[in-house]
Amino acid sequence: MEASLPSRRIRLRPRNRANTVLQVTLITLVLLTAYGLVTLDTRNIDVFAALGNMFNDFRIVFLEARLERLSWFELFRELMITVGLGLLTTVTGGIIAFFLSLFAAQNLTPRQVTDTVKALMAFIRAVPTVLWVLFFAVTTGLGSVAAILGMTFHSISYLVKAYAETFEELDSGILEALRASGANWWQTVFQAVVPSTASALLSWTFVRFEINFSVAIAMGATAGAGGIGFDMFMASAFYLDLRELGVFTYAVLIFAILLEWTATRLKETVGIKRPV
Amino acid sequence: MQPDTFFRRRRLQSLLFFVVILSVTYGSIVLTQFDVVRGLLAVPQAFAWAVVNFIPDERAWSRLPNILSKLQETVLVAIASSTIAAVLGLGLALFGANTTRPHPWFSLPARAIASVFRNIDVSVWALILLFSFGQSGFTGFFALFFVTLGFITRVMIETIDEVGVEPIEALRATGASYGAIISQSVIPSCLPQLISWLLYMIETNIRSATLVGILTGTGIGFLFDLYFKNFNYGSASLVVLVTVAAVLLIETVSNAIRRIIL
Repeated sequence: MEASLPSRRIRLRPRNRANTVLQVTLITLVLLTAYGLVTLDTRNIDVFAALGNMFNDFRIVFLEARLERLSWFELFRELMITVGLGLLTTVTGGIIAFFLSLFAAQNLTPRQVTDTVKALMAFIRAVPTVLWVLFFAVTTGLGSVAAILGMTFHSISYLVKAYAETFEELDSGILEALRASGANWWQTVFQAVVPSTASALLSWTFVRFEINFSVAIAMGATAGAGGIGFDMFMASAFYLDLRELGVFTYAVLIFAILLEWTATRLKETVGIKRPV
Repeated sequence: MQPDTFFRRRRLQSLLFFVVILSVTYGSIVLTQFDVVRGLLAVPQAFAWAVVNFIPDERAWSRLPNILSKLQETVLVAIASSTIAAVLGLGLALFGANTTRPHPWFSLPARAIASVFRNIDVSVWALILLFSFGQSGFTGFFALFFVTLGFITRVMIETIDEVGVEPIEALRATGASYGAIISQSVIPSCLPQLISWLLYMIETNIRSATLVGILTGTGIGFLFDLYFKNFNYGSASLVVLVTVAAVLLIETVSNAIRRIIL
């Protein structure tokens, strides 16, 4: 009986293309990670001492948070400026992206046009938002104008991709029915495309607002956009005040959790799963 | 419902929607002190300026080796922090997911930790970490690591719960231990999703690392900031081009991988 058993172990996972690629990807990432850790620019700091300091800093930030230079009202105003930056760039970006995405959806526009628009958007998206903001700062100076332009640019490229993919998932029967009844292009868009995708578009726009809120914090810290990000930068780099930084951290944390909660509910009702 | 009132109500609803959007936009403009006219004028001005000045020159090309080495530093930090965060995130997700948690009490703390980590923005983490790690590569590494850990934990909890309880119950019925169930059923079935999300986070983190680099003085972000503030626009433009090429390359590779493994 022994002889009839296979001598090697039974292969549990088939050796197919997907598994091979999966393994190669994993091994490559592990090797790159090891290389990245070895070559990390440590500036000769003692990692274990720094880690100890980090936990102590976390304790101060989260347990001893208190306001020093700002009043609660000012904190609220600064937070609202950051929210305003996020809202303004999302709304402006969304409106422009809506019209551009009509020319990026393959079921609405010829292939040559959509390929061009999509390539342009991929380029804009690949440039980090902060570089867009600094780019516009050359002509406007650092401040809210440059930040809003840069953030709007990046929002447009993100939303065009999201909107266009939403349009492309549209049932082709709806479009054919309208075209067959003699509707022109704009009528097709506003009587069929927009009504059947409106909730998905809104949901994507909200997802981008969630992103833009955190981008607005980052732009306040790095590109002088104002709002709570700038106060955090001042507390960290200028006043070296972890306690006040703690209050700001709580403020953005609570707001971000609220946004995430709303976005999750929205995504559940519309059924969006993948990210852009 | 009369068709007449139906359309009137729909028109009223969309009118209300636009009024709300308009007032919110107006409020934001006032609050952020956005100069609309200057903003509109700045876009063509910026591009007209870019066509003349924002082009790599001789000097920029001679700096290419230095730029590429900084880019490599940034990309490697993004990959290392994301990969380690993905491994630990999967572990945390096993505690948080309804089907794999060792005890119901583990679930809430795991989810809460993940929520705090991902909802504090990467720039905020960097500002906090600057106190202990200073201008070293660790600041960016940990900032990206924390946010990625929170994000991966959340998506992996969803993935594990979606796979469902059936394969786990089937294995348990054969007498398999907890460790065997996790390593033979849960992890293999979640691995393609995990890799897909990890690749997504690497793409995101390269862009975030650029931003963090400006704050901490490391990597490609710092180099851009340096050239830019010294009015060395030719070199700064080369930094942008190199970054774009890297991001697009990584996006293309991950899309190809995703198509095969998912």
